[in-house]
Amino acid sequence: MTGLHDHPHDHGHDHAHPTAPDADGPQGYYQVLEVAVRELLIAKGVITADALRSQIERMDGANAGRGGALVARAWLDPDFKARALEDGSAAARELGLEVGAMRLIVVESTATLHNLVVCTLCSCYPRPLLGLPPDWYKSRAYRSRAVREPRAVLAEFGTIIPDNVEVRVHDSTADMRYLVLPERPAGTEGWDEGRLAALVTRDSMIGVARAAAPPA
Amino acid sequence: MNAPPQDALPAQFRPGDRVRVRRAHPPGHLRTPSYIRGQAGAVERLCGAFPNPEELAYNRSGLPRQPLYRVRFRQAELWPHYAGPAADTIEIEIYQHWLEPDEATR
Repeated sequence: MTGLHDHPHDHGHDHAHPTAPDADGPQGYYQVLEVAVRELLIAKGVITADALRSQIERMDGANAGRGGALVARAWLDPDFKARALEDGSAAARELGLEVGAMRLIVVESTATLHNLVVCTLCSCYPRPLLGLPPDWYKSRAYRSRAVREPRAVLAEFGTIIPDNVEVRVHDSTADMRYLVLPERPAGTEGWDEGRLAALVTRDSMIGVARAAAPPA
Repeated sequence: MNAPPQDALPAQFRPGDRVRVRRAHPPGHLRTPSYIRGQAGAVERLCGAFPNPEELAYNRSGLPRQPLYRVRFRQAELWPHYAGPAADTIEIEIYQHWLEPDEATR
């Protein structure tokens, strides 16, 4: 047994264990508004409950593996990389990745440039390629600090950027979405696309980390 | 590839042009962060033309579409005590109606 719960379980239960609350508490104004609008749209036949469910399922199903496939292909194929840097959305479609109407800009990190993505105004994020954003990406702390002190934020993620490497922050304020093409890790010469893609983490495509190093 | 359709305003700036973000504080839904207003930078690219979000937010058409640029700024010029090398930059999407030419700086 480890951690907080290190007592044996054959003791008398004369003390309270922490439990999850039975109810979520009263709904806020916007939660009530969302339910009302959703129920109206369904009642009036504008959308169906199943269409809504299926859209949520699709959004939840998107994950960083899609972005990783794009990055791995770009590492292996210089012509594809050039096309991805020119038009990220077209490059994603070329791989059969569904990006809808998303306008994607791919930014390449190199030995002299490290890219970091943030949306200071809300939480814009290339969801079709990375899935839903992590909670910290939406936090006020990340959104305000990533622009003002990006190197300190990076260091907290364990990513130390030397002073001779430019840090370039991309504030995703409007209609474009951003995906970082991280540097290909050393020691991966001759690797195939699948092996390379496994090194491309979500965080490396946001820019708070580098691509994973190959296992020793 | 970027020939503007008729419902879009023509692009006034080209990559490399020096621009300054208007220092304005109108009410409403804005996509220009406060921290960048009044700052000078260089156009990195034209992203295309998009319906004006300040109009869309109020259920208007947002037309004519506004050219949207990525503008690059030097971090050391934005933050008085920026703790990083002078080469560090930030790029932000800014609609044309927030930009004016800036010949004063280089």
